Amino acid sequence: MKQTMTDPGFQSTGLADIQGRLLLIRIVVLIIVGLLVVRLWQLQVRDGDYYRNLSHDNRTRSVLLHPVRGFIYDRNGILLANNIPSFSLYVQLSDVPDREALMGKLIELLSLDKSELSKKIQAQGRRTPIRLKKGISLKEAAIVESHRLDLPGVVIRPEFQRNNPQGAYAAHVLGYVGIASEEQLADLQGLPPDSVIGQYGVERIYEMTLRGRVGRKLIEVDALGHEKRMISVDKPQVGNDVYLTIDFRLQKLAEDLLGEEAGAIVALDPQAGEILALASRPSFDPNALSHGLRANEWNNILQDTRHPLTNRAIQGQYPPGSTFKIIMATAALETNAIALTETVDCDGRFRFGKRTFRDWKKYGHGAVDLQKAIAHSCDVYFYQLGHRMGVETIAAYAKQFGLGARTGIDLPSEGTGLIPSPGWKRRTRGEPWYPGETISVSIGQGAVTVTPLQMAKVIATIGNNGIPVQPHVVRGIWEREGEWIEKWTPAQVPSLALQPPQLEAIQAALAAVVTEGTARRAQSSMVRIAGKTGTAQVVSSRHGSEEDTPKQFRDHAWFVAYAPFENPSIAVAVLLEHMGHGGSAAAPLAKELIETYLSYGVDGKHSTRALPSHKMMKKEKRFYG
Amino acid sequence: MGEPWSRRRGLDRFDWCFCGVILALSSIGVVTIYSVTVEGTANQFPIYLKQAIWVGVGTLAFLVVSRIDYHKLARWSYLLYGLALLLLVVVLFSGKSSRGAQRWIALGPLAFQPSEFVKIPMLLVLAVYYSTQTRRGWWYRVIIPGLIALPGFFLILKQPDLGSSLSFLSIYVTLLFAVGVKSKTVGVVLLSALMLFPFAWSELWGSLHDYQKDRILSFVDPDYDPGGRGYQGLQSRIAVGSGELMGKGFHSGTQTQFKFLPEGHTDFIFAVLAEEWGFLGGLLFISLFLVLLLLGLEIAAKAKDTLGALLAIGLVGMLTFQLVVNVGMTIGLVPIVGIPLPLLSYGGSATIMTMAALGLLFSVKRERLSLLA
Repeated sequence: MKQTMTDPGFQSTGLADIQGRLLLIRIVVLIIVGLLVVRLWQLQVRDGDYYRNLSHDNRTRSVLLHPVRGFIYDRNGILLANNIPSFSLYVQLSDVPDREALMGKLIELLSLDKSELSKKIQAQGRRTPIRLKKGISLKEAAIVESHRLDLPGVVIRPEFQRNNPQGAYAAHVLGYVGIASEEQLADLQGLPPDSVIGQYGVERIYEMTLRGRVGRKLIEVDALGHEKRMISVDKPQVGNDVYLTIDFRLQKLAEDLLGEEAGAIVALDPQAGEILALASRPSFDPNALSHGLRANEWNNILQDTRHPLTNRAIQGQYPPGSTFKIIMATAALETNAIALTETVDCDGRFRFGKRTFRDWKKYGHGAVDLQKAIAHSCDVYFYQLGHRMGVETIAAYAKQFGLGARTGIDLPSEGTGLIPSPGWKRRTRGEPWYPGETISVSIGQGAVTVTPLQMAKVIATIGNNGIPVQPHVVRGIWEREGEWIEKWTPAQVPSLALQPPQLEAIQAALAAVVTEGTARRAQSSMVRIAGKTGTAQVVSSRHGSEEDTPKQFRDHAWFVAYAPFENPSIAVAVLLEHMGHGGSAAAPLAKELIETYLSYGVDGKHSTRALPSHKMMKKEKRFYG
Repeated sequence: MGEPWSRRRGLDRFDWCFCGVILALSSIGVVTIYSVTVEGTANQFPIYLKQAIWVGVGTLAFLVVSRIDYHKLARWSYLLYGLALLLLVVVLFSGKSSRGAQRWIALGPLAFQPSEFVKIPMLLVLAVYYSTQTRRGWWYRVIIPGLIALPGFFLILKQPDLGSSLSFLSIYVTLLFAVGVKSKTVGVVLLSALMLFPFAWSELWGSLHDYQKDRILSFVDPDYDPGGRGYQGLQSRIAVGSGELMGKGFHSGTQTQFKFLPEGHTDFIFAVLAEEWGFLGGLLFISLFLVLLLLGLEIAAKAKDTLGALLAIGLVGMLTFQLVVNVGMTIGLVPIVGIPLPLLSYGGSATIMTMAALGLLFSVKRERLSLLA
């Protein structure tokens, strides 16, 4: 062409040439726009489903609605555990421009733990708010509010906080709640993370009843997570209320009687198995635990050598000492190892092989029959019985009374105690049974251990004419939607085949313990009490008087009793660690407990007073919103 | 005298069609902006009303410019371009900053964007240059026009405003092709660009802000980090895709209404349109725009002189570039660069500039008629 000769890079600039190129330009424009349309078709028509789902996931959130936990009442309707509104500190990380700065500010203002804080802030996703601290104080809330501008993304949310209005009383029965651990979450399927669940006591055993049902709400949110519209809601169901068998007045008294000393008191209704009081000291404040402790506070509790978290009434395993003689006497009479009137001559010592077993009374009790032997707790008499029956028979009867096995009370971590036998010794220690051990077992020493609850059950069984009962702490459940469910129908535990004459003899002997024997301090002007003292040796041989012995080596004091003698409505087991003789230390406590309980004018039937009135229900409904 | 009124005023079916498309597109813009911004502007003047006012001002600009003989404008083109460059320099030193970019000149309560208004003088200057410069060869056809465009390009890039500087450049490239380039030349340009790239890259890349780098990087691997760099692109594609065939309905686009996709009334307005009106709505919009582009080319085809043809082609080129890049970034075809969608996106400067430029186009058309008459 003409211009190519002179022009290395360009063609004509004439109007006709430019306009001639318009066709090409039109085609280019059409192709480019066509590409847009094709791509648009791909996105919207071909892959529309896919993006619709993405868009749906983008904006819908499932929000868990935590149910309000049920209340716990004592048998008379006294409130023991409820919920109070509290404030929790949350942070919405997507609204936080500088996490480090925020952390510094929070530590400065609220003295939060740095390592815990950074773990929480780093670990979780950015879409849902993260709980930094549960149950902050009003003062802390005020601090946060007044520094609102320095704390972007930090929100205070109202939440319910478990509350025990009675403080530390009944702590071991009620237990406490806490944030579910990873293992617990794995066990309890469908439980949302951050859930607060019962960790101990009734709170734990009746978790399913108290918790209620988690609700869910499906909402549409914007990019900042703000709720725009509710799609659907499945309302949470409030937990059911639990009514304990505990009589809080008696519970409080029992714990006050124990005071600062370590020990346990169990009181139950011998005919129904209802636990009236279950005290263990030292105790703890469940409120502190439910509010969530810091790591070091928690460690302090765990490392406390007095073990405040241990429920001594059901977990503490102690040698029964002379209280075991109740079982010995029953077994001997039933197996005809001794006759009721037969006497044994006690000179203060029992020679067995090369060993000599001493009576607690240095020069002996003289000639003793069963009643006297029990009343004065003659050791030699029972050495003799043990020698005659052998350890297998003793173990068999002990097991009939439920020793060496859990009572099945509705509380966690119950201990079994131990009833030794040759088979047990071979299995666990690989040693043969020495006949001398049988003699020790005869007075509740050696390897025998029991829990206070087990002994309470033993004495209750005697008081209830040989019919054992199932101990339990929950009477019934009040369903929020209006139905009362009686929790326990008396369990048909096989009753002991005690012959009436023998049983009456033992009951009379136990009465004599109080009137003329080792527990005269439990004698009441109000009511006829039957019981048995026990002094459990902590170390087998020691010298010197009780006062000279260091406290941790002193004997444990036992007293088990029931009253009224004719138709018992309360059975009590008292154990005081390192407090010496049962007669002097433990018996007065049992007496006061029994007298107080009977002064309430109750005869085991409280049911009508315990039910919440409709008025009360309405009030609670409002509280739940 | 017996002619219809429209004929007397020099308006034919073509003109009605042209004006109708412009009006339709700007109306779609106002309605879409209304849909995104009607909430959340409780205490200020509604954004959609502002845009309606801008459209009104733009219409005025269209009418004024369309009545001016573009040859008269051409005589002032170098002065206009110089003034525009001066404004860009002013922006660079005392402009109003927003989100890391200094693009605005405050004018009382208003602020305008000189980078938009520099486009028309630039178009005029280059069209005038090419229509008067009869000499051929590299120097006269590529280098000199390039040097004319360069200060504007760099001043805008420096703000930084990658999108505007690129659409600015698109005018130059379009005109280059319109006046004719041999395939060999294209090869040489591409090769030297490739060789210069490493040097240009460090300068160019270094001058970009972090968010611009992120946008380009996220285009390479958009699914890499949905919460971070690729977030906008992904959310935009979700918005468009989830519109499906029929759309979610007016004011019901959850992606944009719930702010998963920010900038729904500005750079990502097409996503709102596509989400709420579906493929059909998107297709309608693109078709309308295509009609506008083809009508522009029609004007070029019937222009009475080179200047007129080049003005029309240059403007169509720039509009095409803006359409493709804006819609393309919304649907994941090109990297996300901040380019407004002409006639739709909220923004006074861009709206007025675009309508004034269309007025210029109309002036080219009228000139032809006046010759014929």
